[in-house]
Amino acid sequence: MIDYTKILNSTICDVRWSGIRKFFDIANTMEGVISLGVGEPDFPTPWKIRNCAINSLQKGKTRYSSNWGLEALRQEIANYLDRKYDLKYCPKSEILVTVGGSEAIDACIRVITDPGDEIIIPQPSYVCYEPITRVCGGVPVIINTKAENDFKVTAKELIEKITPKTKALILPYPCNPTGAIMEREDLEALGEVLKDTNILVISDEIYSELTFGGKNHVSPANIETLKDRTVVINGFSKSFSMTGWRLGFICGPEPIISQITKLHQFAIMCAPTTSQYAAVEALKNCDEEVREMMEEYDIRRKIMVKGFNEMGLTCREPKGAFYAFPSIESTGMTSDEFCEKLLYAKKVAIVPGTAFGDSGEGFVRASYCYSTSHIKEALSRIKEFLDEIK
Amino acid sequence: MNKEILKLLAKDARMSVGDIALATDLSEEEVKAEIFNMEENGLIRGYKTVIDWESIDSASVSAIIELKVTPKAGYGFEEIAERITKYPEVESCYLMSGVYDLNVVVRGKSFQEVAQFVAKELSTIESVTSTATHFVLRRYKDFNVELANNEPDERGTVSL
Repeated sequence: MIDYTKILNSTICDVRWSGIRKFFDIANTMEGVISLGVGEPDFPTPWKIRNCAINSLQKGKTRYSSNWGLEALRQEIANYLDRKYDLKYCPKSEILVTVGGSEAIDACIRVITDPGDEIIIPQPSYVCYEPITRVCGGVPVIINTKAENDFKVTAKELIEKITPKTKALILPYPCNPTGAIMEREDLEALGEVLKDTNILVISDEIYSELTFGGKNHVSPANIETLKDRTVVINGFSKSFSMTGWRLGFICGPEPIISQITKLHQFAIMCAPTTSQYAAVEALKNCDEEVREMMEEYDIRRKIMVKGFNEMGLTCREPKGAFYAFPSIESTGMTSDEFCEKLLYAKKVAIVPGTAFGDSGEGFVRASYCYSTSHIKEALSRIKEFLDEIK
Repeated sequence: MNKEILKLLAKDARMSVGDIALATDLSEEEVKAEIFNMEENGLIRGYKTVIDWESIDSASVSAIIELKVTPKAGYGFEEIAERITKYPEVESCYLMSGVYDLNVVVRGKSFQEVAQFVAKELSTIESVTSTATHFVLRRYKDFNVELANNEPDERGTVSL
């Protein structure tokens, strides 16, 4: 009999499964659950985009693309980043089309991490940075961002974590799950810390289209002191409601992008061609569709934040992404307890803050990728739950 | 007039005053007053529900009737159009460009009832020179709502 433990890579085996999996398994199989739990848009991909994909299929455009991605798409990405965020990248050498933002994050951490290197990761944040760093033999160094700082990374917190082994800082803003954003002056402060170092900023900007209250997204690559040390990761999943298309991109200095492309060429070949044709249309002609989705998210956001605050769960105004991150401390329960009890008592699924790092304790994540009537029903059940546990 | 409120109500007529206030950054009182004014001055003409009638057994039927009409000197199409809009059977009535003049949507309990209405009422109007009745077999989309399609949420319950 084969002993699989002898086969498997020990570093991978040592990476912990996300502890939240059991809760998810229960929630996902329970009947009649009303959920605020998912991290993806409820809107279908705009029809124009789907139609473009259909046309490309009809014409038989089903081959590999260039390793870098379709030239037309890289050009559109360059135009889009310039038009929307005032970011300038050369489509020929500084932009790579990837399989979602996820591949870009994975590949970027791989190409910079030698065993023992430290990667600074702010939490609560999306769950992939830490395990990927470990798989590469790197050491995740966590910054526990704080509610009183609106879950931003401060210069002081950053300085405390920097060592001679620090290779990179991940900046996952707008942030899943906290809804936090980093504004220009916040980034400038980090720029002052990093300017004379050899530390790279990996900016995961997958939610860049989703900022509220008239605050446009600012990238670290917009900051003079950070520009040449930043790689920008973005994609189509959240902004264009294209999660299943698996398409993202990474932009940055040529020496880094070129190594990532080498890895991508061997591991992936190229991003899905049909998705790439669709994405050209998304970037070229869908500003209006994106704006309409944004307006809808904004209404839901306001309804949800008001709802949580009115029932006594303090909820800061999320300025980006599509999540509210209320505090459940007043209930005296842990996040896990709260979510599990709520699920069993009222069949409402939300995600404990601890799924996103230890510093998520005391908070829960509620997604507003749902219709307003759905959100209201869920909120009223949460309120009933709170009344019952009083 | 408040275009922002109109846009919200056009999408969802049942949106509550509280939600509209949140969305527009107005107070509830201001929203109520705006809506009242727009109702009073006739900008907002009514609120209806989009119903998938065909999914009910005792479904009603509707038909689109193309009418050719001889316009009256001095009145044009106004007089005949106004007369037609008075019938409760008539859901909508439009003046059209092209080969015919008035497009009339009629709803009734059965094909027969609609046919009778066309034969007895519409075609007998003096200035109507011809009618062509097209029964609706299936509505796929009405008022921007896809009726044929009611896809369940396939996203599962939780994901990170």
